[in-house]
Amino acid sequence: MGGGLAVGTLLLIGCRPPVETAPFIEDAKEDKYNIYSPLLFKYFLAEGIINGHTLLVASAKENPANILQELPAPLLDDNGKKELEDVHSAKTPEPDVNMKIAWRYQLQPKTEVGPVSSSRFGHYYDVSKRIPQELLESSKWHGFFLPEHIPPGLKGETCKKQKNILRIGIQNLGSPLWGDDICCKENCENSQRLTKFLYVLRGLLRSSLSACIITMPAHLIQNKSITTRVRNLSDTVVGLESFIGSEKETNPLYKDYHGLIHIRKIPRLNNLTCDESDVKDLAFKLKRKLFTIEDLAASATPLGTGCSSRAGGKKHLDF
Amino acid sequence: MKVSNCKVCFVALVQSFSHYNIVGQKLGVNLTSARDRGQLVFLEGLKSALEVLFHSQEGPHPLQFLREAGAGNLQSLYTFVKDALKPSDSGESPWKYPVLLVDNLSVLLSLGVGPVAVLDFMQYCRATVCCELKGNVVALVHDTEGAEDEGNDILLNGLRHQSHLILRAEGLATGFCKDVHGQAEHPLEEATAHSPAGSKCHLPIQDTG
Repeated sequence: MGGGLAVGTLLLIGCRPPVETAPFIEDAKEDKYNIYSPLLFKYFLAEGIINGHTLLVASAKENPANILQELPAPLLDDNGKKELEDVHSAKTPEPDVNMKIAWRYQLQPKTEVGPVSSSRFGHYYDVSKRIPQELLESSKWHGFFLPEHIPPGLKGETCKKQKNILRIGIQNLGSPLWGDDICCKENCENSQRLTKFLYVLRGLLRSSLSACIITMPAHLIQNKSITTRVRNLSDTVVGLESFIGSEKETNPLYKDYHGLIHIRKIPRLNNLTCDESDVKDLAFKLKRKLFTIEDLAASATPLGTGCSSRAGGKKHLDF
Repeated sequence: MKVSNCKVCFVALVQSFSHYNIVGQKLGVNLTSARDRGQLVFLEGLKSALEVLFHSQEGPHPLQFLREAGAGNLQSLYTFVKDALKPSDSGESPWKYPVLLVDNLSVLLSLGVGPVAVLDFMQYCRATVCCELKGNVVALVHDTEGAEDEGNDILLNGLRHQSHLILRAEGLATGFCKDVHGQAEHPLEEATAHSPAGSKCHLPIQDTG
């Protein structure tokens, strides 16, 4: 995606791929078992904690406190650990803080799994371990859990605080748990409530130091027009297609992967155009520790030959 | 704007003023100075939506339909446009013709306005801006062919009948190409010897970065 998730924008994960895209995904299934989109959601939040950003987590299904408990643990070398201590003890961001938010899915050969310095743009995470409790306790976060109608604890706070980036994560927006019927009926009454919310959210994001990630069960939305409108209101749209339960699970082309990533839309901020050449044909895999994303076209090798083409096909995907 | 010396009302619903300003600069137009000298009246939809919803407002607001329950009507938005483009009481104006720009009409459907209300708004704008004030209206609409968006289809079909010129821009049928960003089609009412109806042209978008 080239450069991170820009402050002021909205990233939407999970939209249904359109029928008119490339023939080989014409019967694509989404991440309908909801396995991988929560993982990306947690990466976004974990990166916020590592960078000392404030979090706002909203969910209708899971208590935000529990979501945070399940964030992956960062992989840090000694330099990284020291920087992390500085971030969480001082609680004051650098005056010239880089306003771009990034989590990196570094493409690397299978044998190379290593910790990196946190001074780099983005961090690595070990998905088999939970984030240390002390990191959570020293972080600043707000939760919105619909069943408990907890009001956001933002009222009454004065504006005399240090400027910091707010990362907003909203889980499964549009699902019936949020009280909408867009996943239940084709002619629903609540579709405009959702799109109106997204529009106002866009306005809030544009006028603040915040970035938002939303996961949406697009495969449940009955009315295709809602999906299109939601997509138009988002800056970045990513679709996850899991191979679970699909014939692609046994396709030799995809034997090393667990699913595909479809970049439906990338932002055109302050520009008329954007370079789409780097965001095609992406696949992901989840191994014990790492979630990696690779350029499928570059890493594909003819059957019977070695894997020598891998090194040249790596892409850095900074979110 | 620079060359034709028009008074412009820009109803910008999709991006911030800063975005349009930066894009404008790449195209050789300075929106900030146009706004400062009174040539441009800019409605920043994203910012105005926050004002009308979160701050108490006295009097009408162009986006006050956001506060209303049920299908909204765009009368207050039309009043805003009319007030922005009408000549001063003295009748003298440094600007030649008015222009209304709207980016974009489809997003109004997402904000709870019905397609008929949007068409009514456009009809009123056309009557005032085009017929009365001899100006032009340029509006952007999403083409949602295949998306089963009945509301947007009604809007699109209605506008097609009202429009003198339709410019349809889309990606290339053959896929992504680095140097050519898309193609534009302008279906004409009558084909002539030199311009066959519905001719398409490929267009690169030059972005100075």
